Amino acid sequence: MIDLYTRRVAVNRFNLVMSLATMGFGMFFLLWILGVLFYQGFTALSPSLFTQMTPPPGSAGGLANAIVGSVLIVVVATFISTPIGILAGIYLAEYGKSGTIAKSTRFINDILLSAPSIVIGLFVYTIYVAEVNHFSGWAGSVALGLIAVPVVVRTTENMLLLVPNSLREAAVALGAPMWKVILMVTLKAVRGGVITGILLAVARMSGETAPLLFTALNNQFFSLNMNAPMANLPVVIFQFALSPYDDWRVLAWAGALLITLTVLVINILARSVFRQSAVR
Amino acid sequence: MSADPATAALRAPVDISQDSRVARAPTPPSEHRAAARWQDWLFENLTRFFALLVLALLLGILAALGYAAIPAIDKFGFGFFATNVWNPVTSQFGALAPIYGTLVTSAIALAIGVPVSFGIAIFLTEMCPAVLKRPLGTAVELLAAIPSIIYGMWGLFVFAPIFGDYIQPLLSKTLGNVWIIAPLFKGAPNGIGMLSAGIILAVMVIPFISSVMRDVFEIVPPVLKESAYGIGCTTWEVVWNVVLPYTKVGVIGGIMLGLGRALGETMAVTFVIGNAYRISASLFEPGNSIASALANEFNEASDPVHRASLIALGLVLFVLTTIVLALSRLLIAQLAKGEGKKT
Amino acid sequence: MNEEATQQLVTRPQAAASTLPPAAPKMTIRNLDFYYGKFQGLKNINLEIGERRVTAFIGPSGCGKSTLLRTFNRMYSLYPGQRATGEIMFNGRNMLESRVDLNMLRAKIGMVFQKPTPFPMSIYDNIAFGVRLYESLSQRDMDERVEWALTKAAMWDEAKDKLKQSGMALSGGQQQRLCIARAVAVKPEVLLLDEPTSALDPISTAKIEELITELKSDYTIAIVTHNMQQAARVSDYTAYMYLGELIEFGETDQIFLKPKRKETEDYITGRFG
Repeated sequence: MIDLYTRRVAVNRFNLVMSLATMGFGMFFLLWILGVLFYQGFTALSPSLFTQMTPPPGSAGGLANAIVGSVLIVVVATFISTPIGILAGIYLAEYGKSGTIAKSTRFINDILLSAPSIVIGLFVYTIYVAEVNHFSGWAGSVALGLIAVPVVVRTTENMLLLVPNSLREAAVALGAPMWKVILMVTLKAVRGGVITGILLAVARMSGETAPLLFTALNNQFFSLNMNAPMANLPVVIFQFALSPYDDWRVLAWAGALLITLTVLVINILARSVFRQSAVR
Repeated sequence: MSADPATAALRAPVDISQDSRVARAPTPPSEHRAAARWQDWLFENLTRFFALLVLALLLGILAALGYAAIPAIDKFGFGFFATNVWNPVTSQFGALAPIYGTLVTSAIALAIGVPVSFGIAIFLTEMCPAVLKRPLGTAVELLAAIPSIIYGMWGLFVFAPIFGDYIQPLLSKTLGNVWIIAPLFKGAPNGIGMLSAGIILAVMVIPFISSVMRDVFEIVPPVLKESAYGIGCTTWEVVWNVVLPYTKVGVIGGIMLGLGRALGETMAVTFVIGNAYRISASLFEPGNSIASALANEFNEASDPVHRASLIALGLVLFVLTTIVLALSRLLIAQLAKGEGKKT
Repeated sequence: MNEEATQQLVTRPQAAASTLPPAAPKMTIRNLDFYYGKFQGLKNINLEIGERRVTAFIGPSGCGKSTLLRTFNRMYSLYPGQRATGEIMFNGRNMLESRVDLNMLRAKIGMVFQKPTPFPMSIYDNIAFGVRLYESLSQRDMDERVEWALTKAAMWDEAKDKLKQSGMALSGGQQQRLCIARAVAVKPEVLLLDEPTSALDPISTAKIEELITELKSDYTIAIVTHNMQQAARVSDYTAYMYLGELIEFGETDQIFLKPKRKETEDYITGRFG
């Protein structure tokens, strides 16, 4: 009897220690990756990043065209995906509810949420780039937008479902048409949460490389022309990092740091500033 | 009686006939009412349209990729998926190596990632002091926020050298001599290859799996755990005998979610997998995954058959991940439904 | 104010029933049945709501009083699976017909709910929201209307310096009076109050009961309450309901002092419910 008990206690202790160890494992890698990134990235930071263009191998330069290109592509993608996502989310929460269309859409949406982003890029390539026969910033924005839409749909629906029916009924009782009830009362009550969802989608888009590989491609020069290949940070980093040139690699680390800082800042903003603790 | 003038004004009898402000509200013209009606119709159908768009997207992807992959299937038949050849010069392609690479790296990712995620989930739900729960939970989620290209760069420039210099020789010497699994650990320890890619993938999927596990662990009714503690069970025994069986469907769903992510991951794998169309027994050898093949070759492929073959690869990946993710969702939803709560 | 509040809670400021002049029926309900799916929530309700009177609905939980109130403004139409048959005559038409313009109906029959529901907007906009649905007023006219509505709800002094602040920043009692002001601002003919004070403290409750007594000179009021004393205090007519049926309906004094049915008497004397 004592042996059994001692064994149980030992097993318990072992497993709890292992559990602590796995936590340590996770934290170890997190700190290692971030540490390396910050070290390599900060040593590569300089104002020229923002003032000079991507250089040919062997010369000094910056990432200005890539930064501007990325911002443009992400902004356009946000403008495309936000209305689609919010409206579809409104349908799911306010109109469709438990109907067949709504159930199927939710199911498909969840699948698309985790779908491989490279396939999305391939898809936009086949229906857009291949048809018009050139790469473009617009195609890149469409690809990123398709990745963002499921995020916005899900957060919008989840937020709207938090609104108590009494608020909707109060607006209906005044005789307001349904669309005003939804837009001016229900959606407004959870606008913080919806904005958080949009910010998280932006963060996700900012970090994606694969979808841009076959759509926006890259551009060595500065260009604001969305209808042509567009410079962007992730693809530049991909190209420079895998190259044998040292100065290109240094720029790749700097770019990686910029992207990560952007993503982290947006995440922090979304989770703290716009956090919605209750329906207001 | 209060002397408040507002209240006093209320108390005075109101003569309705004189007070124009109390007159019945004017009825809005009928155009206004009809306008409200078609506005509502328009809005409802607008939202319905976009919901249907999302629905159609999945089918659209399958259709577009399927159509674009036809030249390859035409030329090679369905044996395409079982042949190991990749020769852009002679225009001969067979998808076996990338498919193999995708499956093996994902399997390694799960083999390492699932136990670690499980441990993290237990830690955060059963062991963690309340004040640390949120910061540590957020820290784990940060792993998911880090863009995958950073994983790739770190993997290639930092992890791979250390892995090749220290870990791989160690593995060769130890596990490389254990009879049945020895072939897995033979080969040059240059830090890249299937095992490296698998390990990096494991770190990437840990936040997803552990987050689902945490969510489902918290659905377990406290009374259930308390009754187990009440007869003297240790924490581990409660987890293993009560929590896990209760949530096993959801846990499997979470694992499948991690699998879905691992299958499709591009950048992290591309940097370290070695880009070789090769199937070897050893995990130290370089290989290719579907995603890394696409990332490396698609833009250079000028031969239409080459392109179509790559697109066929993409189609395989998409179908595979769709099935896995659909299963994942069904399993997680089944658990939540069984408890009458939303996950 | 405290002394007055206590006074209000104890005595009835109403005139005795026999001096109540007969009222024209504002709404006539005939053979009303209501169904949640297969379950019948209301059975053969027949009664009249008198114009510019307060009619109270009392009864134990689940008796259907809120359900009945929500048929008056067709609130149930929001939910598939809920339906009503019979007649509710209002301004010469049966409101249960499908051709009825629901938005217009709700412009004329307003509702205040049990839980205060300020919209996520400023106090001013809360009130202006409803008005803007039906009228386009100049800025000055709108200001005037907002002031009028808040005054009617005995909120003007408390709210006048806070008009731009969020409606959610008010106390519970103030929020409820804001909801009353919001309902009154669109100038309905009927006001439906669904347990308007059950979520409020006694002081706010007293203020709102005072309000109801003032408002009835302009509006027809129907109030659901689980508080019998409240019904006795504010209403002219009372309907006692039980398990979806209207057991007894009459002038409030008669219902409370000389109920005709034993079931009514049992409820009023607290033998059950």
